[in-house]
Amino acid sequence: MSYITCENLVLGYENQMVVENVNFKVNQGDYLCIMGENGAGKSTLMKTLLHLTKTLSGNLVYGDGLMDYEIGYLPQQTIVQRDFPASVWEIVLSGNISRLGFRPFYSKAEKKKAEEMLKKMGIWNLRNSGYRYLSGGQQQRVLLARALCATQKLILMDEPVSGLDPKVTAEFYQLIRNLNQDGVTIIMVSHDIHGALEDATHVLHIGKHEQQFYGTREEYMNSKAYKSLEIIDEIDADKEDAKL
Amino acid sequence: MSEVIIKLQYYLQYPFVIYALIVGTLIALCSSLLGVTLVLKRFSFIGDGLSHVAFGAMAIATLMDQIDKTIIIMPVTIITAVLLLRTGQNTKIKGDAMVAMLSVGALAVGYMIMNVFSTSANVSGDVCTTLFGSTSILTLSSSEVWVCIFFSIVVLILFAVYYNKIFAVTFDENFAKATGVKTDRYNLLIAVIIAMIIVIGMNLVGSLLISALIIFPALSAMRIFNNFKSVVIFSGIISVFCAVFGMLVSILFSTPVGSTIVIADIIVFAACYIIGMIKGE
Repeated sequence: MSYITCENLVLGYENQMVVENVNFKVNQGDYLCIMGENGAGKSTLMKTLLHLTKTLSGNLVYGDGLMDYEIGYLPQQTIVQRDFPASVWEIVLSGNISRLGFRPFYSKAEKKKAEEMLKKMGIWNLRNSGYRYLSGGQQQRVLLARALCATQKLILMDEPVSGLDPKVTAEFYQLIRNLNQDGVTIIMVSHDIHGALEDATHVLHIGKHEQQFYGTREEYMNSKAYKSLEIIDEIDADKEDAKL
Repeated sequence: MSEVIIKLQYYLQYPFVIYALIVGTLIALCSSLLGVTLVLKRFSFIGDGLSHVAFGAMAIATLMDQIDKTIIIMPVTIITAVLLLRTGQNTKIKGDAMVAMLSVGALAVGYMIMNVFSTSANVSGDVCTTLFGSTSILTLSSSEVWVCIFFSIVVLILFAVYYNKIFAVTFDENFAKATGVKTDRYNLLIAVIIAMIIVIGMNLVGSLLISALIIFPALSAMRIFNNFKSVVIFSGIISVFCAVFGMLVSILFSTPVGSTIVIADIIVFAACYIIGMIKGE
């Protein structure tokens, strides 16, 4: 049994179909990279996996000891958060929120966990700093630490390196690689074809309306879907060069 | 200066002045607590709309002299808060328009009712009192004082018990929802607390100015502090200080209570803004 099994999934909002025929599996220890053009339904798929939107039809099954709400989520930042007066410690501690239940305050064990995750992310020294004054890379580490407080089985990341400079991006990929080697299953939605694919074990490529590819990284590198994406990427790169 | 102190001592002999100070402090404390949430969750518009609805309800309540006004205003405002939140969640633009419609509608109907049915000789005075608070805080009956104290304590307890959940839902609702927190329930709780704050706060500063009482202390504290707990504590301190200061000034110099408190809040905000700028550099 896999952590997540999707069969003939149809995704969308209020009967408005966005993408259909989605089939894939996520097993423990996998590093799945979800690729696709803008508007292809990557974010809809993600929201569906997180129970934020419902599936239109098809099967989405969680198994192998993964509970329904045991997905750690590393979201793209919202404008609200960039202005939010919260310390790093408060944010990471709030990763334990689902365990609170009817208890009003966090327990010693939960605080210990927050401390452990902060140290793991290398930001323990920043614990009293204001989140809104951190650099982009540091903010991502804070949100990752929070996600790890929620669960260490599976983390879902939404464009985690967008807006980060190359050096910070490389460091962040290293961080994710280490987590994956420690046994944390990763699902990453990304635009960054080359960087993201380097460590991925599996790839899911969603096109407009339909799934283009699902398989291992090696298979993907030889597939049509990858080549089509690479061409687009080269055109984009040329445009960038022309601008310079 | 000594003249002022003697005058103050003279006024403080009266129990209704003491009542007013106690109630004012409690209201100020409660209203500041949810300020950050209100500002950052873009709920400010709900607060504004609700205060107008509360004005309409107050107008109806004034017609029924015999019973305590809060018995009518509180449920009406809470139900409106819940309804606004429901519609606001589905479609954003519709929700905004709905609030606008409801708030100006309630204002018009409220004024009409007060004008046509009022038995009082001074209608515009009554309206002014409801909108801006004027001196009504000094004329609270003892039952009104107890109602205020009761709801203040309810708000304080709810906020303390749900502090961590309110933080999580305000900071990142999607994350909370994805980890299995019933965020709708907490949004509802936040709306109900806001409604309660608005109704009790109307006694102090009137329905038009209550939003200021909620938002200014939080915005001031956010300029200086970087963590949620300090912001909440400091906005409580600012709010209580400005309310007590405003009430004393208004007693001594017979200025309108609501305006005096809000002006004190504005001055503190300006000070915090400058301190924040200096600190930031």
